[in-house]
This record gives sequence, C-alpha cells and structure tokens, in this order.
Amino acid sequence: MSNVPANLKYTEQHEWLKLDGDVATIGITDYAQGALGDLVFVELPVKGKKVKAGDSFVVVESVKAASEVYAPISGEVIEVNEALVKSPELINSASYEGGWICKIKASDKGEIAKLLDSSSYQKLAA
Amino acid sequence: MRYLPLTPKDRTDMLKAAGVKSVDEFYTMVPAAAKLPKLIDLPLHQGEIEVERALTRMAAKNHPAGSGPFFLGAGCYNHHIPATVDHLIQRSEFLTSYTPYQPEISQGTLTAIFEFQTMIANLTGMDIANASMYDGATATAEAALMARRITGRANIHIHGQLHPQYREVIETYIQSYEGVAVKNSAPDENAACFIVQTPDFYGEPQKLDALRKQCTDSGALLIIVINEILSLGLLPPPVEADIVCGEAQSIGVPMSFGGPHLGFFACKQDYLRQMPGRLCGETVDKDGRRSFVLTLSTREQHIRREKATSNICTNQGLFALAFTIHMSLLGEIGFKKLARLNHEKACALADRLAKVKKIKLPNKTFFNEFVVELPMNAAETVKKLTAQGIIAGLPLEGGKLLVAATEMTTESDINTLAEVLENMCAVAGVKEVA
Repeated sequence: MSNVPANLKYTEQHEWLKLDGDVATIGITDYAQGALGDLVFVELPVKGKKVKAGDSFVVVESVKAASEVYAPISGEVIEVNEALVKSPELINSASYEGGWICKIKASDKGEIAKLLDSSSYQKLAA
Repeated sequence: MRYLPLTPKDRTDMLKAAGVKSVDEFYTMVPAAAKLPKLIDLPLHQGEIEVERALTRMAAKNHPAGSGPFFLGAGCYNHHIPATVDHLIQRSEFLTSYTPYQPEISQGTLTAIFEFQTMIANLTGMDIANASMYDGATATAEAALMARRITGRANIHIHGQLHPQYREVIETYIQSYEGVAVKNSAPDENAACFIVQTPDFYGEPQKLDALRKQCTDSGALLIIVINEILSLGLLPPPVEADIVCGEAQSIGVPMSFGGPHLGFFACKQDYLRQMPGRLCGETVDKDGRRSFVLTLSTREQHIRREKATSNICTNQGLFALAFTIHMSLLGEIGFKKLARLNHEKACALADRLAKVKKIKLPNKTFFNEFVVELPMNAAETVKKLTAQGIIAGLPLEGGKLLVAATEMTTESDINTLAEVLENMCAVAGVKEVA
C-alpha cells in the first residue's frame, strides 16, 4: 500500500499538491516514485516559468525510465527544490517532504477545485 | 519467400495515407536543376574484365595527394596513417558490425569508444567527451543548439574566421528554428554562445582569455572549434571553453575526398545532460569485472523521441576506433612530436615562400596552415599549378591562398611550389589581382 496523506490534493498523473493560499507545492506521489524505481535525475523547471495545466514541465529520470511530469495547475513557477539537483533520491525517500519538486503560484483557482482528494486518489493508486 | 519489402498495393495504400498521388510529390521542394531529367546513361551489363578496365580508366583521372606536392588543408589534412590502423580496423569484429552497442556482445567496441572519449577529454581539457559525431561541421552546429538549450537564449555569435562550411551547416540546422540570428559580433545578452575556431580558418591561433571574459560577462557559452586536432599537440588545451568540438580526421582517418570524417565533442561536466550523441560509461558486470556500457541514453532519440537533445543516434564508430588506434601508437610523446614536425614543415614552407618576391605572409602566427598573398589571382594560380601536378592549396578571395604543410610535405615539394610561384610572380602585374 502506498502512502496517500489526507491533507494533500492529487492528479491522475500521480502528482501531489499542498496548497497554501494560491501557492501549491508540487511533487510526485509515493506510488509514482515506487513505480519509477530509484531516481537518478530530475530536470527542474526554470524559476519564473509560466506553465499551463497539462504542460510537461519537469522530467524525472529513474534507472528504469525517463518520465514527464505534467503541470497540475496553471501559473508561475516561483520556487524549485534545488536539493534535487544533487540528491534526486529524496523523491524516493521522502516524496511528500524533502522530495517536493517546485512551487507554483496558481493563476486559475477553478483548476484547484478539479483536483482529486486523497480518497479518490487512493482508489486510483490502489 | 519474397524479398521485396513493398507490393504495388502497399505503395498505393501508403501514398493514399500520406495524401499524395505519387512519390515525386515528396520531392517538390528539390530545385528542378538538382533533379535528373532522365536516368543516367549507363550500359546495362558488361563482363567483369570490361568493368574493371572502365573503372581503372576512371580512377586514373584522380590526382591522389601522394602523387605530388600537396598543400591543401582547410579542415581536411594529408597525414600519414600507419599500416597498423588499417589492418586492425579491418578485423571483421570491428568492420562488419554495424553500430554494435549491446554490452553483452560488444565489450571490444565499447572499450575502444571509452578510450576514444578519454583521449578527446584529455586533449581538449574538458571533463567529458562523447563517442564522436559525424564531422566537425555537424559537431559545431550541435554545440550551438546545445548552448541554446542551456542558456535559454536565441542567438549564435561567431568570432572571426570560422570555417565557412561549418557556418553553412549551422545555418542549415537552424532553418527549422524560429527567431535565431547568426551574428559575427561579440556576445550580448541574447547570445547563447560565442563560437571561436582556433587555429582559425586562416590558420591563426586565437587568444582565448579575453574571449572567455566576454562570454562570462555576457552569460554566453564559449564554444571552441578545432578542425586540426593535431594542433593540440603544440597548443595548450582550450580549458577556457564550455564546449570544445571539431574535426579529428587528422589522426587515423583518410581525406576521402572530404568525408566521411570524424567529429568530436567535449564539454564541462555541468552540461552533461544536454550533450548530443552517444556516451560510453565504465561500470562493473554482475561478477564485479570492469566493463563498459552506453549511458545517459535518456538524452537520446530512441528514448526521448522529439525531446531528445539531438537526432544523432549513432557515432562515427570505425573512425573513432582508427583515431584511438593511431593515438595509442603515437602515445603522448609521439603526438607532441608529430605536432612539432607539422609546425616545423609549415615554418620551412613559410620561410621559403617569404623569399619569393611579391609574396606576402599576413599571419601573425600559425600551426601548420597559413595564408599566402600572391600578386595574382589565387584561383587561377591553383588551376594552373594543378595542371602541372601541384596542388597548391585552397584559393580564398583575390590573391589569397590558404596553404598547409604536414609531416607528408617534403623539402622538394616546398621548393617545387616556391620555384613555380617565383616564375609566376615575376611576370605578375598588380592588374591581375581580381
């Protein structure tokens, strides 16, 4: 069973979001990191980049595959987790804490309402 | 069993799916002048003896570099290739295996690639080198695209005299990109890179520290292009660079009418993920033995499709091997000696030509190639000398002639060229310079 914290929002593409006002901290879920295997590289977005929901904006590379991470909401990337440059394995060891990828300042609150809650995601990742 | 891949019906179906009536419609962008109006008029079939005779007659029209004085360079150099190189690369394990990268069956090839990468990294002073590129021109174009990815900036700036064909290939590569300008000026805030060839197209080695500073100040990457890799036996490695690329034909690869050649590509560790091309890495197998494997393939087209760093999905394997064999025969001392010998030959050529009245030598310095200013048109001079069996060099604009000397150049070659030019210069009037 993968870990799905109740206080977070989720997407069908296995990203999680932690909301603080209109700023969302974003990462990939425990289920996703488990499926990918040991991560060896994360291609982070550039700070200040404007993204649209559904854009491929991050690449996570594991020993098995290189996968796109899609922007779960539209907005501006205001912070990226530089620790992942040296230690991509943080996504494996602490996917909801030290393994966060970036923060996006949301430009469309309507999109946030469409995100999955933990129980819906739990069914998806079961 | 049928060996033809497509039936007429297959073709019709494919044309229909592509929405065209005939295959010719795919070639409408090819200029009419470049198309054959009719098939080449070849005899249908002849006996082997007749074919051999006909081909021997045609081959005799060639003028091989070894058949007389030869001073042509300009990115393609006449160097000696030890017999060992040809002998070893013709082993069937190397020669007949097409891009054999599977580690289970290709440790020999992969070991050679790894050694090649190590040699290139050592020569260029960079952290990392790839398994080779098609040639110096495409390597340079790839470096420019890589700099655009890294910096997120648009434009490509060129310093001084870059090989004109390298520039043409850059222009070809960027045709499918929007908003890219190729400029002959110092880098500014929109410059992705500053491309500097050294020795430049005219043979002049460049001072890199000031250019490095311009790049650091503007945030552009410094790309150093070297199209005579032997120059690194005498000149310091261009450690100022972010990317070093160019042509390694000089070591182990024949001129072959200008190609195929051997491109090389090296850069700093920071830019590893944005490199084009294959990379071979060292690892251990399940028994802990040292072994080699292609690595970081997620940059590449077969994994990342349209998001790959490049469309190259191969390397110049056999020539990289030839280079590696020749370099291992030379060793570090041999490589430096060969470079020195080349420079000495070029100095001897320059000294002798300097004695010819009306000839000027504008280079401040050079490695094994430099410009000669003749008092007459260089293109016509080259034509006249070719008729006499002397390949005088590459004519540039007006009276300028680009000449190279290598370990293959003899004293008699130099005297022959100088004497013929002496006679021509003596009667040349200034009027003849076009």
